Amino acid sequence: MNHWLTTILIFLPVAGALAIWLLPLDRYWAGSLATLVSLVEVGFWILSVDRFQFGRSTLQFEQQQAWFRDLGVSYHVGQFAFSLWLVGLTTIVSAAAIAYAWWAGRERARAYFGLMLFLTGAVVGVFTAQDLLVFYAFFEAMLIPLYVLIGVWGGAGRLGATLKFVVYTVAGSLLMLAAIIVYGLQQGTFDLTKLGPSSNEWLFLGFAVAFAVKAPLFPFHGWLPDAYREAPPEVSAVLSGVVSKAAAYGFLRIAVTKFPGPTHDTRIPILILATIGLVYGSLLAFRAPDIRGVIAYSSLAQMGLITLGIFATNDLGLDGAVLQMVNHGLISATLFLLAGMIERRAATGELALLGGMARGRPLLATIMLTAGVMALAVPLSTAFAGEFLILAGLFQHFWVYAVIGAGAIVLAAMYTLRLVSAVLHERVGPAVSDAALDLRAGELAVVVPLVALLVGLSAWPAAISGHAFGKASASSITSALVETPGGVNELAAAAPVGR
Amino acid sequence: MIHKPHIDWFALSPTLALLAALGLLLLMAVLVPRRIRKPSSALVCASGYVAAFVLAVLLADKSPHGKPIIADAMFRDRWSAVGAVLIAGCGVIAVLVSYGERWRELHVGEYYALLASAGAGMIFFVSASNLMTLFLGLEWFSISLYVLCAIDYDLVGSLEAGLKYLIVGAVGSATLLFGSALVYGASGQLDFDKIATAGHAHDPLLVVGLAMVIVGLAFKSSAAPFHMWTPDAYQGAPTPVTAFMSSATKVAALMVTYRVLVTAFSGEQRLWTWAIAGIACASLAIGNIAALAQRNVKRLLAYSSVSHAGFMMIPIAAANALGGRALVYYLIPYCALSLGAFAIVAARERELGVPVTLDNLAGFAWERPFFGVAMATFMFGFLGFPLTGGFVGKFYAFAAAYRHGWWWLIVVGVAGTIVSAAYYLAVVRAMFMRDSAELQLAPAGGSPPRDLMLGAGVAACLAVSVGSFFAVQPLIDVAHAAAAALPF
Repeated sequence: MNHWLTTILIFLPVAGALAIWLLPLDRYWAGSLATLVSLVEVGFWILSVDRFQFGRSTLQFEQQQAWFRDLGVSYHVGQFAFSLWLVGLTTIVSAAAIAYAWWAGRERARAYFGLMLFLTGAVVGVFTAQDLLVFYAFFEAMLIPLYVLIGVWGGAGRLGATLKFVVYTVAGSLLMLAAIIVYGLQQGTFDLTKLGPSSNEWLFLGFAVAFAVKAPLFPFHGWLPDAYREAPPEVSAVLSGVVSKAAAYGFLRIAVTKFPGPTHDTRIPILILATIGLVYGSLLAFRAPDIRGVIAYSSLAQMGLITLGIFATNDLGLDGAVLQMVNHGLISATLFLLAGMIERRAATGELALLGGMARGRPLLATIMLTAGVMALAVPLSTAFAGEFLILAGLFQHFWVYAVIGAGAIVLAAMYTLRLVSAVLHERVGPAVSDAALDLRAGELAVVVPLVALLVGLSAWPAAISGHAFGKASASSITSALVETPGGVNELAAAAPVGR
Repeated sequence: MIHKPHIDWFALSPTLALLAALGLLLLMAVLVPRRIRKPSSALVCASGYVAAFVLAVLLADKSPHGKPIIADAMFRDRWSAVGAVLIAGCGVIAVLVSYGERWRELHVGEYYALLASAGAGMIFFVSASNLMTLFLGLEWFSISLYVLCAIDYDLVGSLEAGLKYLIVGAVGSATLLFGSALVYGASGQLDFDKIATAGHAHDPLLVVGLAMVIVGLAFKSSAAPFHMWTPDAYQGAPTPVTAFMSSATKVAALMVTYRVLVTAFSGEQRLWTWAIAGIACASLAIGNIAALAQRNVKRLLAYSSVSHAGFMMIPIAAANALGGRALVYYLIPYCALSLGAFAIVAARERELGVPVTLDNLAGFAWERPFFGVAMATFMFGFLGFPLTGGFVGKFYAFAAAYRHGWWWLIVVGVAGTIVSAAYYLAVVRAMFMRDSAELQLAPAGGSPPRDLMLGAGVAACLAVSVGSFFAVQPLIDVAHAAAAALPF
């Protein structure tokens, strides 16, 4: 059943979504079914970790089925080690988000939970698709549930936020579609394991812009603050924790791997933009007036950092980027869920109106402080490991960016501590009533596992960074990723590496 | 004694089935008691279309090698047979959508008779193989559609729609006829394949004739800049008629355009590919930008159909085998999306009793979830999102353009799609994200009308639009077989 595992991971949530949409369930049962499905999904992911052979750098749990033959498009899915970690991130964050929504209660529950599950399936699809067109289909399919989730269940400014979000992402992804068509027809296949490298800069830009919008990277982040603020908190958690990683994954799997020449040529501008995003995002996060603003802009900064790691294109940088993707996914999801819990109690996320929540609420204070400590990357935390690897990788070629990046870690400490103290400490804010409770059991059940995972990763970050690319060293990623089970394609043949 | 050509009755059978239904319907309009006239007429019309559908499928199966029949007046090949299948399919769904409309019972028999006649004309039109039958077919279905547009003459705008369509359509027909005359003058031939072999390439007379033929056909496919009648006619006509016009007419006009251009004018390919590409760009630009400003949903969908005419011109401009496949494939989800979208507009119209605008769609999706989800699917499909065939259709159209070496046409198409996101999503936004409390008017009264026929039609459209995403290979095989009938 190994080769079915990926397909199960993609379609189990989709099947759950259909069941929830079609069955006449009430709010409670819709939520519990969705939570159950998402937990089963996590179970299947654990099973796939168990069966994954980390020694091999090839595609595993692979399945292929022709879709339309005349253009060489097939439903081809499978996982590399780094896909496996991102799939895990997706299933865990989605499960937490769905469980939180179940606990918090949402209007029109069947539509809501169905869309959340559908979103989960689409994101898993993005991380596992091995055919460009299938990848694109999942990439676009993510947008539909996100659009509706933000537009229907979002805050007061949701309509404007969704419009911006959709226009930005549709523009980006259609450029990618054009690039996919040209690239695939040039090469005569759309299969990612068979596509050889291309040196066409326009194609590279088509992909890069789509991923830069989705991530988002610095000049393309116009949609970010509105979408993250207006979405329901658990949707923001999925959006920043998981969906943004789809973009980073795209950089890793397609942009860098398939376009080594253009990557090399455009590296400097991309590194500059990523660095600007890192510093600018950190500064904005420091100035943001509300909790979600801080987390949103810190996401911008972190995505800049991850991009730096990917475009360092060496072992350390890539290992660090994958580790940091998982770290940031867990951290920002935890923080967004906490933001939702705080907003439930204070009816606002304005930092000026909050404060002093630590008194009498030890659980909230502990969890939030732990997540905050992780976010500011104190030494020994997993985020520190990730950032260290990225910066060390970057330092080998581009020490200037590494130095600036290291400086930005200080900024991260500043905005995180500002967030923690503005919510937990200082004098009691006008919006915080004495009646506001500490975290309830249901809320703990959602955030404690996330924080526990972060603590566990802090103890053993190499679980991910050492197992992200199999045996092959990450710098041979370009060849490792275009290798086919049956043979090695021309790129690998042209640049032989120790396998 | 006059020489009689051999008549291939089987090749004519889809048309004849609809003509039989037409005759029967006209008799029933007089003879059948008023009480049961509506269900019986609808049944007969639907049976006519189903019979045409089945016969066209059989015909497609039995005509692997295209050949001219009946004194070279028509083609018997898979291109026309697949066109007939699509048109008949649209007709069946149009009958389902029409059933719940509050027709005045005086006209109901004639309505279905005209619907059958329009379908028969279109099926005749797609199999035309010379300029004479081409014009006859065009007039046949156009005249039926003119009357259908105006049939509900106490509906606001219906007469106006019919009149506008009649006048502008007549200009189009006249242009086509004039162009045909010039082509005949230049080549001395009426048959498409003989025009090509007559060897008068680049004769100015032939080129002017070609231009006028393209214009005449572009009027029918409502491609810009020949689309001026479209918004008014689509808005004013009874909604089921609009649904039928926007789908079946496009099938007929676009498939015939492709056939005429590649068979009769293969010598002028360089010229007409550029002309069609120009029309495609104009349609994409005008259709999408004009749709942004619309509040009335039927008008919005009318402009969207203009932009889709532009999209389907892209594979025509590509002029290669992949383009032929792309056009046939694209038409399948497109027909379903278009019929379905107008069907849902019809449902809302029957519920509210006023023209449907973006404002009075507020909350619709939560009141009637099935229709809401279906409409959202249709909108995402028009936009070319995955999980609908619209995505694969766009993919194929772009791929055909790339094969032709025209990557810039892809860029134009992509730009058009980005713009279209704004108005397609506006419909989704109106249905899902606005509260029905914002609605300023009361529904026509009582609970929403139960309209099983319309629901079945929408379900069929939904099944085709989503199914065509998953079952690409079988549909592409069909499209491949159809396109193989054209000389590329």
